[in-house]
Amino acid sequence: MAAQAAPPAHIPAERKELPRVVVRFAGDSGDGMQLTGDRFTSVSAAFGNDLVTMPDFPAEIRAPAGSLAGVSAFQIHFSDHDILTPGDQPGVLVAMNPAALKANLGDVMRGGMLILNTDSFDKRNLEKAGFSSNPLDDGSLDSYQVYKIPMTSMTIDSVKGSGASKKEGERSKNMFALGVLSWMYSRPLEPTIEYLGKKFAKKESIAKANVAALKAGHAFGETAELSAFEVKPATLAPGRYRRITGNQALAYGLIAASVQSKLPLFLGSYPITPASDVLHELARYKNFGVRTLQAEDEIAAIGMALGAAFSGHLGITTTSGPGLDLKSETLGLAISLELPLIVIDIQRGGPSTGLPTKTEQSDLLHAMYGRHGEAPLPIVAPYSPASCFWAALESARIALKYMTPVILLSDGYIANGAEPWHIPSVDKLPDISVRFASQPNVGEDFWPYLRDGETLARPWAIPGTAGLEHRVGGLEKADGTGNISYDPDNHQLMTELRQAKIKVIEEDIDPLEFDGSDDARVLVVGWGGTYGTIGEVCRRLRARGRPVARAHLKHLNPMPKNTGEVLRRFEKVIVPELNMGQLSKLIRSEFLIETVSINCVRGLPFSSTELESELEELIP
Amino acid sequence: MTDHNGHSLDEGGRGITEASGGIGTLTREDFVSDQEVRWCPGCGDYAILAAVQSIMPELGVPREKVVFVSGIGCSSRFPYYMNTYGVHGIHGRAPAIATGIASARPDLQVWVVTGDGDGLSIGGNHLIHALRRNVNLKILLFNNQIYGLTKGQYSPTSEQGKVTKSTPFGSVEQPFNPISLALGAEATFVARTIDVERKHLPKMLRRAAAHRGSAFIEIYQNCNIFNDGAFLALTSKEGRTQNRIYLEHNRPIRFDRDGSKGIRMTGAGHLELVDVSEVGEKELLVHDEHRYDAGLAFALSRLSAGPHGPTPLGVFRQVERPVYGDGMESQLRAAAADQGPGDLAKLLSSGDTWDVD
Repeated sequence: MAAQAAPPAHIPAERKELPRVVVRFAGDSGDGMQLTGDRFTSVSAAFGNDLVTMPDFPAEIRAPAGSLAGVSAFQIHFSDHDILTPGDQPGVLVAMNPAALKANLGDVMRGGMLILNTDSFDKRNLEKAGFSSNPLDDGSLDSYQVYKIPMTSMTIDSVKGSGASKKEGERSKNMFALGVLSWMYSRPLEPTIEYLGKKFAKKESIAKANVAALKAGHAFGETAELSAFEVKPATLAPGRYRRITGNQALAYGLIAASVQSKLPLFLGSYPITPASDVLHELARYKNFGVRTLQAEDEIAAIGMALGAAFSGHLGITTTSGPGLDLKSETLGLAISLELPLIVIDIQRGGPSTGLPTKTEQSDLLHAMYGRHGEAPLPIVAPYSPASCFWAALESARIALKYMTPVILLSDGYIANGAEPWHIPSVDKLPDISVRFASQPNVGEDFWPYLRDGETLARPWAIPGTAGLEHRVGGLEKADGTGNISYDPDNHQLMTELRQAKIKVIEEDIDPLEFDGSDDARVLVVGWGGTYGTIGEVCRRLRARGRPVARAHLKHLNPMPKNTGEVLRRFEKVIVPELNMGQLSKLIRSEFLIETVSINCVRGLPFSSTELESELEELIP
Repeated sequence: MTDHNGHSLDEGGRGITEASGGIGTLTREDFVSDQEVRWCPGCGDYAILAAVQSIMPELGVPREKVVFVSGIGCSSRFPYYMNTYGVHGIHGRAPAIATGIASARPDLQVWVVTGDGDGLSIGGNHLIHALRRNVNLKILLFNNQIYGLTKGQYSPTSEQGKVTKSTPFGSVEQPFNPISLALGAEATFVARTIDVERKHLPKMLRRAAAHRGSAFIEIYQNCNIFNDGAFLALTSKEGRTQNRIYLEHNRPIRFDRDGSKGIRMTGAGHLELVDVSEVGEKELLVHDEHRYDAGLAFALSRLSAGPHGPTPLGVFRQVERPVYGDGMESQLRAAAADQGPGDLAKLLSSGDTWDVD
């Protein structure tokens, strides 16, 4: 090697400034790639970059080691400006084994950087990944910048003296990779060192090994003079920020709803991917009076939440598609009982077990119509990880004010994705407190179905209130008294009232906004997790002078009152969805407006490149 | 003490809540709702309703603290007839809804009214898990061994060979033994009685009400329309004497005229029916309802496969075990004591944060 003095450690090498970078960490599911990505995200967020992340992991807990099925990946897009998507094409791929390279190479930008753990490129692993020759030396990677780093052996060397066993030490190689990337993008190590100390507080040798590997990776990057870059902090609105995932924001939003409604939170839930994290998160906050109950099944989970609602709690249940199927009957009961209840569906690929860890938006019509009888209910959809906080509060507000179950439709992409969150000021959160009935409302009697003239909501009288003892049930009841009624005219009236009660909510939600140039004749309408991609694509199209406007629905039922009016302003309405055209169907049937669908059900969010070219063709 | 929302955490959640002022003046009529009772004339449900209404004033629980929850079936109309809080739910799900109520509000006394179809067929899963968790519920299972509301199909407790509309050639299924099932599900209070038992039925109801945790009572209930006489072996003049085995704590188990027969445990651990005059009273099994090991109670539940021959009635098992809602409450209390009451602003700003100026 040429005798070249390494620069002294305290003088940073010259760093090239970049506006944005997309990095994907990929390895075996046992390689700790989610943790690595998560740590990189955390320090990038703290550094002040804007960012969007997308984890992508297999449904199997441990697919065979080294196999393509077992590859787990985590993508982060970080930047010095406002960004909306996790990025289509990574510019940097960290691949811990041949399978990770094979599974992800197709997505990497030509000319991009490949950081490969050469130790794992042995005959056996190459075969398992389906390589007939070794890509490290067969020339197939010539169009990329390849960094060949023996990460496993360097990790094992670095952890000597930590007291960890060889196996434990070897498992720290993800931290070595993180160290390398930390050097390349000048991310600080200290927060991760602190984190590791806490995580392995009870196993000091493992903490030491991980820290040693992290530092060794960083030192390697520096001494080997790997390319060094800088991505400056983004300009965000002033305030305090943190990084948040969709499911975490949901949990916080639900706790905020409990505090703002002054009702204890009760969650009945059955574990299901990708919703379980909300249960895990809420189970931690007992000091907020949060009760979580892991039920025997999905039906019990919603039944318990409904029982808690009857008793005066903020009743919530969380699930994903297959669970929503099972909850349908109880949702109908909640509609009949007219009790507030929040049902959270984190959508995943269906039908049946489908794609548990992959995203889709295919439960919209199920949420709208998936119950027997005329059974309308409000639907709220968050559109980004951080917006889940808003969606939880909004669902609670509607449920409590209108005495109705509400479905919140999130999806796997926003549930697991993360972004910086401008932490709201608690005193600016809406007051959604309720007043329980405390007095008879007809002479000396209490009529449980005597409605509020404006909201059509019935009074909420909870057990323990003397003099208001009453019975509710799933049989049709007479309006007012609530007594069982089989009277034909009454059933007609009750059906119409239940419908009107949902319809009236349109007066009480934000109107649909659209943005775009004045000359735009095309409107792109979306809902849910496609918000970022559609926004990014429309931004690009406009930058190239294509006249296009976009609008995003956050309330799917009822839709904002001005929805029809907004849609009719445009000559063409294009609806991109991760399903086969469900919002499109709703718009057509509600407004008699022609729509053009763009549908994608690959278990992944839209690729912005692909969406852009599809839209390009549709814009006159 | 209260939680952060001002809700009282102090309610004891005892099986019998201490009476508040004026409770002593309540009568049976106070628990009768204004709804017309619509069971078939002659149905066993009437007697059970009357018994429940008659014991309620004695329990000292204010009416507003009582909730009746049911599923679907003839028996599930019950809540409409009780002038308390009530939920008529959906088929089989009453234990789940009631679990939500009882764990959210340990201050309430929650009753579940269910039947053999509702509780053991479509809702079997919820029933066993409520018992396993020991939720503070009083569960009354009206067992008439038939589907009544759907007009006469066999149920999970119908005997093998039962000819019904859906089994014209006879049922080929093994029925459940509800007492065995409840014991297997770790129930802490398990009893059996009969709709026509004017004294024994209220006694069992009182015992259930006084029990902390899940109390399960199987009530043999005659459906005079679709399964009339299913319990004749226990209700006919002769059967009443010969076949009712009343279990009483700490007493040798004897039955039939003047207690001439009894139950003895063989060396192999089986229970057998014996003539007391032949074996002597000392040989008889002494009933111990508080025995934690449910094995003997289970053996008693197996004495008769159905209500055909000598059949035990009374409390099979009554033991103490932590109550579900209590555990939840004590975790809330401990968390509030350890971490202080929840502070939303602090929570939202937890973890790594950064400021943008």
